[in-house]
Amino acid sequence: MLGLNNKDLRLFIIVICLTVFAPFILNPFPETSELAQFNAGYPDLMQRFIIFGIFAIGFNILFGLTGYLSFGHAAFLGVGSYAAIWMMKLLTLNVIPAILMSIVFAGLFAVVVGYISLRRSGIYFSILTLAFAQMSYALAYSVLTPITGGETGLQIKATDTPLLSNLAEGEIGRANLFGLDMRSSFELELGNWLFTFNAGYYIAVVFMLIAFYLSIRLFRSPFGMMLRAVKSNQQRMNYTGLNSKPYTLAAFVISGMYAGLAGGLMVAMDTQVGPERMFWTASGEVVLMSILGGAGTLIGPVLGAGMIKYMENIISKINDNILHKWFEFMPDGIEDFLVTIIHPFIGKGWHLTLGLLFMAVIIFLPGGLVELGQRIGRLFRRGGSKDTAAQSTPAE
Amino acid sequence: MGILEVKGVNKRFGGLQALGDVNLSVSENSVHAIIGPNGAGKSTLLNCLVGKLIPDTGSVMFDGQSVLGQTPYQINQMGISRVFQTPEIFGDLSVMENMMIPCLAKRDGSFELNAWPSVNSQKDIIEHAEQVLEDMNMAEKRDMHASSLSRGDKRRLEIGMCLAQEPRLLLLDEPTAGMARADTNNTIDLLKEIKDQRDITIAIIEHDMHVVFSLAERITVLAQGTPLVEDTPDNIKGHPKVREAYLGEAQV
Amino acid sequence: MEALILQILNGLDKGSAYALIALGLTLIFGTLGVVNFAHGALFMIGAFCAVTLQRILSISRETIDETRTDFLGNPLKVDIPYVYDWFGADAGQMIINWSVPLAILFSIPIMMLVGVIMERGLIKHFYKRPHADQILVTFGLAIVLQEIIKAIYGANPIPTPAPAALDGSFDFGVLIGMENIIYPYWRLIYFAFAMITIAAVFAFLQFTTFGMVVRAGMADRETVGLLGINIDRRFTIMFAIAACVAGLAGVMYTPINSPNYHMGMDFLVLSFVVVVVGGMGSLPGAVLAGFLLGILESFASMAQVIAIIPGINQVIIYLVAIIVLLTRPRGLMGRKGVMEE
Repeated sequence: MLGLNNKDLRLFIIVICLTVFAPFILNPFPETSELAQFNAGYPDLMQRFIIFGIFAIGFNILFGLTGYLSFGHAAFLGVGSYAAIWMMKLLTLNVIPAILMSIVFAGLFAVVVGYISLRRSGIYFSILTLAFAQMSYALAYSVLTPITGGETGLQIKATDTPLLSNLAEGEIGRANLFGLDMRSSFELELGNWLFTFNAGYYIAVVFMLIAFYLSIRLFRSPFGMMLRAVKSNQQRMNYTGLNSKPYTLAAFVISGMYAGLAGGLMVAMDTQVGPERMFWTASGEVVLMSILGGAGTLIGPVLGAGMIKYMENIISKINDNILHKWFEFMPDGIEDFLVTIIHPFIGKGWHLTLGLLFMAVIIFLPGGLVELGQRIGRLFRRGGSKDTAAQSTPAE
Repeated sequence: MGILEVKGVNKRFGGLQALGDVNLSVSENSVHAIIGPNGAGKSTLLNCLVGKLIPDTGSVMFDGQSVLGQTPYQINQMGISRVFQTPEIFGDLSVMENMMIPCLAKRDGSFELNAWPSVNSQKDIIEHAEQVLEDMNMAEKRDMHASSLSRGDKRRLEIGMCLAQEPRLLLLDEPTAGMARADTNNTIDLLKEIKDQRDITIAIIEHDMHVVFSLAERITVLAQGTPLVEDTPDNIKGHPKVREAYLGEAQV
Repeated sequence: MEALILQILNGLDKGSAYALIALGLTLIFGTLGVVNFAHGALFMIGAFCAVTLQRILSISRETIDETRTDFLGNPLKVDIPYVYDWFGADAGQMIINWSVPLAILFSIPIMMLVGVIMERGLIKHFYKRPHADQILVTFGLAIVLQEIIKAIYGANPIPTPAPAALDGSFDFGVLIGMENIIYPYWRLIYFAFAMITIAAVFAFLQFTTFGMVVRAGMADRETVGLLGINIDRRFTIMFAIAACVAGLAGVMYTPINSPNYHMGMDFLVLSFVVVVVGGMGSLPGAVLAGFLLGILESFASMAQVIAIIPGINQVIIYLVAIIVLLTRPRGLMGRKGVMEE
């Protein structure tokens, strides 16, 4: 079905279910319970899961398949965002043209950056992409202020009168999809549980599912196989009558377009953009996501994006008071001791946890969360058939 | 007129004359060996044929077309496939995938943005790749990781990948270097089989005289960047000049 | 003319920092073959060594000074640093004052230790892994180190002044017969310090047997390994030395820029650009490119230049890097084929 084999189809259906029912799945704890702070089912965060998921899926097409490590992918996200907000300022507050424009502009920018950067490989490629991204950031921050709004960035203001949207005098436009406000939500109360279904979230989900489906097809296509060949042995490729340059460039541009889509969706959700979106740490973040989840696998980057965004929002909210409550049942001395030990890893220190986790993954689990899953799965299957473990598992 | 015509090729590296006025003619459907002591310029010559190096002067014509200034992938698409000294395969891919890539290169050319259909739906490619694997006696290894193959099997796979492209000229760069005797003999048998069953020209650079005299129909002896003599194996064996330059040190 | 000289001088201190970090990066890359993304963190740790020493020296006991009263008429509580007790008030004050130069001595053993722990504990396991893995794991380490510093010292920059005697500026122009080239002492000291450090590293590599082996190892690792020389232990020492160089660069940089937890990353990104421009694996290239880019950056920030090409000061280094990489893929002084895969 859908041109996918059974295994991929199953994966795709699982992802559909997870994303569609995310407002339930991410809100397992009743509002009144102390664990409610671990709920992630609010629109803002769920949107970020999805958007960064798209960003990571795109990054993974480049890094996971071809092995080219770009340290400047946030530049495409930024370009997409700027393109989208200008569409909304000038043309229409409908998000569709804005998102299409963000993909187009990010793609064009990726053609330029990719064409130049891909003349080198290895660390030289990484440094070139980094240099381009930092240049974009610096320019957006300073010289290009008329286009980018400089340090403060761009927002939709009361003075903006998009051509196709009928706004009252002084009304601040809101992003919509054919009249459906991106911020409108439907709330469902079931006992102590409160579930929020947000229009913007579901629109992002639709885009993400399309993006994910396309990436599955790409992974399984002859083109995807060629990209893996690029990673494996470029010499053999060239002596097999294949020109590896356009393959890599195509992967780079596709991956840049995914980043642009993510940038466009960000603007569609919160109608603002600033240059920090292009800073190299933002590029580093998507690297972390892909690797943490499992580079070169289909689902890995999505998992990695979800995990990092969850940690960023949830772990950073835990503070000492909460810890004290958790360890209340222990003797005072031990309680204080535990809180002191854990303190540096929570709240503002969540980056430390992230860094350690990331190092642990690189050292012990180069395949990321997906490999962890496979290992656990294998552990359970061990009793049954032994030969399944010996088989090489192709990218999932 | 041979399928490969090398005329007056010179190549200098700084002060070193690597190739001096090389003329070589490989006739169609023959096995032509190029031998010579270390540093005779064999590898330089080969690199000039496949586009890795560009000669300073002279011409290299393949089937009436010049290959000079063409990149390796373009020359490959003209019909020249190269086997490397150490097998160059796609180690991260399965044996079957290794075989499908040259089949795709043969069908789709040097670049094709074929990102929508799945690999498994390319029936013609699968059939073609399976056929070659069968020919190479590797069908039962199709799902193995290519990097986990034995050295001899890697060589077999690489030759198979070249054959899958149905090249008109197969270039082999010391295909048995560093191989155990048994593997060497297997490779010789494989090449003989290929020669007998296909319309293919084979040019082979080799150190191992056993390999050369088992396979070659004509031999060119290269010494200090210049062809010394070109003849049939039997005549080469007795040639005094060759003995002096080369065979004097080796056991024949 | 004065303006030009001033810009060159201004470029020197940043250039010195780039050159020192890039030198360490190149040493590690050249000997161990590892791309160390945590090298900026070593620079930062060095800077925080200076902060720490200053704090240690300022550890005080609280006493009541009977001779002075606060505004309520109560005896004033004052903090007397212990060093006052040990060395007398004047000498004690001077020691605290000179904490940054003193931190050079203090930081050397610490940086050595950090270097050895890092190499033995982590880097050594990555010699055989792909470069991408090395970049990623050291990138993770950089985040961890940076966050640890942040957890201990907070997120705000910590002012760490130079000794009062060296804190002023002087008219450099007088020395060369020109007017009005006002230049802070400390920046000149930083430059001189960088030159001495660089010279020391080169002398060490050039004139000691140890250095000879290391240089041979940089040129051809396998052969040196085959000679039966214990290259492992030397690698550890080289890593420690590189860590030291970065740390010292950080110590001395504190008066120029108050240390903060992200200074390492800020410098690292630029230092990598420097290394690539200089030529991966070339020590002189790293130093040359460091100073060159520092000075270029300084020129690009001149008002006259910005008037012609706005924003050029922000992008000049990256622009140069892109141009160099495309026209001279091996960098200014790089060797063939380093890390092309």
